[in-house]
Amino acid sequence: MRSTRNNTVTIIGAGQAGLAMSRCLTDRSIDHVILERGEVANSWKTERWDSLRLLTPNWMTRLPAHRYSGPDPDGYMTAAEVAGFLGGYGESFAAPVHNNTAVHSVSSVDDGHVVTTSNGEFHSRAVVVATGACSTPRIPKVSAALPANIRQLAPIHYRNPADIDSGRVLVVGASASGAQIADELHRSGRDVTLAVGDHVRLPRSYRGMDIHWWMDTIGLLDDDYRDMVDIQRARRLPSLQLVGSPERRTLDLNTLSAAGVQLVGRFSGVSGTTGQFSGGFANQCASADLKLNRLLTSIDEYATANGLDSELQAPTRPEPTSVPAAATTVDLKEFGTVIWATGFRPSYPWLDDDLLDAKGAIRHDGGVMERPGMYVLGLPFTRRRKSSFLDGVGPDALELSAHLAGHLSSLITAR
Amino acid sequence: MNITEANAVDNGVNVDALLGAREAMTAQPAAAQFRFGASNEWVNGTHSRSTVKDFFGVGEAQSHRQEFTVDTDHPEIFASEDNGITPPEMVLTGLAGCLTAGIASVAQNRGIQLRSVKATIEGDVDLAGILGIDSDVRNGFNNIAVSYEIDADASRDEIEAVVAQSQKRSAVFDIVTNPTTVSVSVA
Repeated sequence: MRSTRNNTVTIIGAGQAGLAMSRCLTDRSIDHVILERGEVANSWKTERWDSLRLLTPNWMTRLPAHRYSGPDPDGYMTAAEVAGFLGGYGESFAAPVHNNTAVHSVSSVDDGHVVTTSNGEFHSRAVVVATGACSTPRIPKVSAALPANIRQLAPIHYRNPADIDSGRVLVVGASASGAQIADELHRSGRDVTLAVGDHVRLPRSYRGMDIHWWMDTIGLLDDDYRDMVDIQRARRLPSLQLVGSPERRTLDLNTLSAAGVQLVGRFSGVSGTTGQFSGGFANQCASADLKLNRLLTSIDEYATANGLDSELQAPTRPEPTSVPAAATTVDLKEFGTVIWATGFRPSYPWLDDDLLDAKGAIRHDGGVMERPGMYVLGLPFTRRRKSSFLDGVGPDALELSAHLAGHLSSLITAR
Repeated sequence: MNITEANAVDNGVNVDALLGAREAMTAQPAAAQFRFGASNEWVNGTHSRSTVKDFFGVGEAQSHRQEFTVDTDHPEIFASEDNGITPPEMVLTGLAGCLTAGIASVAQNRGIQLRSVKATIEGDVDLAGILGIDSDVRNGFNNIAVSYEIDADASRDEIEAVVAQSQKRSAVFDIVTNPTTVSVSVA
């Protein structure tokens, strides 16, 4: 039988963001529920390939009142370990998760919001959207023009090389997912072509320290969304071209190219059975190298200003990306698989259109949505550069739970 | 059609010279290697001037009969001074010029007398791309449409075949429809 339950707050999604918010609300004694389409850490359990590890080292896993306490602080968790870590977090404070509860709609009523789900209605004063930024792949329209015999899939549907037939593989996108999957498929003996668009090149470590330690230390990850000249652009930045591996290796276009992966420019079109790639490949590489060196220069300046030079290894810069004479076309008839590692798009069919912008993304100011009592967290650069990181959603949850508590007080005062 | 009739057709194109060049370059592939170029200098604001004179081909330095200059700028609605057409409009004129030259040559070669050839060319662009408003929108034209009005001593099918062949042999049609590797450096 369908029922209506009443709580003060409804959180949608039981991943890192939903659990962090739940913990903050628990600490404020604000009663709430978490609605989860599957179970805790669902994406980490069901939508990540087998070999994936976090891009951030284990010590950078700081959630409100919970952090990594295992034996390998400098290692990188596997997706399964992340799921276990988040499961343990939820259990540590008995997070009120309703599993297998899919949200169908969120509507506003006089005294709050009604969330309609596969398990009845949930009425609350406030709603927190915490469904994450990595659920719905963004597949370019050109995918429709590919020959029908080519299998097309997104990284959330990729598991391991055994899934992929032995023909040539085109991986589109050279951020973390695309670079890692191209690398793994190439190692498995596949003939791999990687189409490279905008990407953020980073070494795994610099001067002996993990690149994430540097970004955390120099304060880059704490950059405030209000200080960004163009916050939309900052929010669109592709994921970091990195891999978390036990051997701490660097994965970039040079290592992929040296291993034998064919690099081409951005996938720009299909003409008949010919795949076309941008002739601007050299510029993509030059831009990434320029940004990389700008970051490393600011790291060097920080090191000098803080007297760290004597403790650190020499500032050896990564080799410039060597740009091979890249093909601008391939014969798609030779390919069996195309993997679209082209990021994610917002998808909120259960939210009212007036809460979304023209591209379907949630309109918000640092996580505060335009309808009073509604919040979102866990999106790229929600409030700070690290907002979408496991290590970055905590401060956002603390700040937004304070705002939410203020909203609840204003409702009581207004009555 | 006999030779006398074919010779009577005059579109101003020296087909014999073109066919001769094809024969010579088939025998000597190196002679077919050309390099075209231009120099460009900023004037002020979005106004710049390109100069074209020299090029390389048939194994040696070549020159146009005279130096040509082309000014490009942006119109006043972009707060510019409109000292010339925009660079994307230059691309449209390049495409139209290339296709029309091809039509005259192909028609001449096929013995078709042209009386008039007029084209309109339109390129659609969404400025959300170059203004950085929407990263899903490309900077360049999302569609280019060329429409020909041709009066010639030929059937409609023959005219359409000439227009089709001119696209097949057009440098600019290839440049705008297929990717080209571009490198930009700072000296």
